[in-house]
Amino acid sequence: MGVYLKGFLIACKGIPATVAVSLVAIVIGAALGLLLALCSQTKSKVLQVIAKVYVDVVRGTPMLVQALIMAYGIPWLLQSWGIGFKWDDFGGMAVPAIIVCGCNSAAYMSEVIRSGIQAIDKGQMEAARSLGMTHGMAMRLIIIPQAVRVILPAFANEFVTLIKETSVLGYVGVVEILRRGQLWNSSSFETFPAYIGVALAYMILTIPLSKIINGYERKMARRESAA
Amino acid sequence: MSMIEIKGLKKSFGDLEVLKGIDQNVEEGEVLCIVGPSGSGKSTMLRCINRLEEPTAGEIYIDGEQVTEGNIDRMRTKMGMVFQSFNLFPHKSVLENLTIGPLNVKKADKKEIEEKAMKLLDRVGLAEKANEYPRNLSGGQQQRVAIARALAMDPEVILFDEPTSALDPEMVGEVLDVMKDLATEGMTMVVVTHEMGFAKEVANKVIFMDGGYIVEQGTPEEVLNNPQEPRTKDFLSKVLV
Repeated sequence: MGVYLKGFLIACKGIPATVAVSLVAIVIGAALGLLLALCSQTKSKVLQVIAKVYVDVVRGTPMLVQALIMAYGIPWLLQSWGIGFKWDDFGGMAVPAIIVCGCNSAAYMSEVIRSGIQAIDKGQMEAARSLGMTHGMAMRLIIIPQAVRVILPAFANEFVTLIKETSVLGYVGVVEILRRGQLWNSSSFETFPAYIGVALAYMILTIPLSKIINGYERKMARRESAA
Repeated sequence: MSMIEIKGLKKSFGDLEVLKGIDQNVEEGEVLCIVGPSGSGKSTMLRCINRLEEPTAGEIYIDGEQVTEGNIDRMRTKMGMVFQSFNLFPHKSVLENLTIGPLNVKKADKKEIEEKAMKLLDRVGLAEKANEYPRNLSGGQQQRVAIARALAMDPEVILFDEPTSALDPEMVGEVLDVMKDLATEGMTMVVVTHEMGFAKEVANKVIFMDGGYIVEQGTPEEVLNNPQEPRTKDFLSKVLV
């Protein structure tokens, strides 16, 4: 039994790295996602196309491939142009990892945010404007606060997904949960305990989060039905 | 000078011309009721007045100031609007629904505007609901809150877009009573309505619209009891059973 506990504890050492990358990435994803959502709703055809192409490219390729391009492909390209570029000079391998996770989740978040804003009845915007509010004021005080309630469960689900997806980042030099387990496996050859420990470490992050989301959704559903 | 002046108002949606040239004045303290079949352009005309619909042509003045040019946000503070589907803000309490406009648009003092909002809620008979959320109110109560919300901005005019059409029949009376009180107190009102009884009792002037034109206008007595135009007669014979 001790060997399983050891595997679990070693995997847990990767939790700070996994959580840190996920947290920064979800913030980037939400901000960039909001920007993409707003672009896709503007009257400008150019901005619409940019948003559409971005989402298609990101959703159409595996995150591991994106991570390899960002971590190794980009420095290779820059060096071939004679620019001496190393991620280590810019904060280490966690930086491309965070960028890729953030850009990846932005593509998904933009869809979630767009549908959240569209779910708000257009009478809300009209009522706000008829009181003399500017478009920005109406978005900030009336539309976004209501959209956030709609979006929140999907946003949290995306965070859970992101935590699991960061497991590919071991391949680009980030020592997160899975990488910790792999490193211990290759020195101890305790293969089964190592990977079970990794799985458990992910579960203590994702399962409580999912429970919280379900609780929130039930609470919202009760409030809806009371209306 | 009229409170509202509409000159040569036209509105098209794509190829469809909904308003084909409207000229109309509303004097201060006057209640104008707009009646007509659905699709006649009456709601569109009302929504052009505060530019929720952008007019295709024509000019609109409120209190001498042109609405169709310049900063619409400031002009809108002069005209309240009451919608068919209430459009209260569901994430705000009843009291906050009244104060959010004055607080953010007019930078009103919080304590003062809350006191005023309580007086307005009292006036529409809903002071005890101040801390409830809109979802806990009946349709009639929600519409009375919506009227109080419009009043909280101290408007010079209130536009009503079929304010009782979404209500259960037993709630129509309570909303019309609040509107009658407002009319008695001298509020300038433009009301798109199907309530002929209300129009007869409260309106100073009634216009009958059809096909994007004002077909007939005059006192309620003239238009509703003694219409001259065949289209008005035909419409009234269908609604006044």
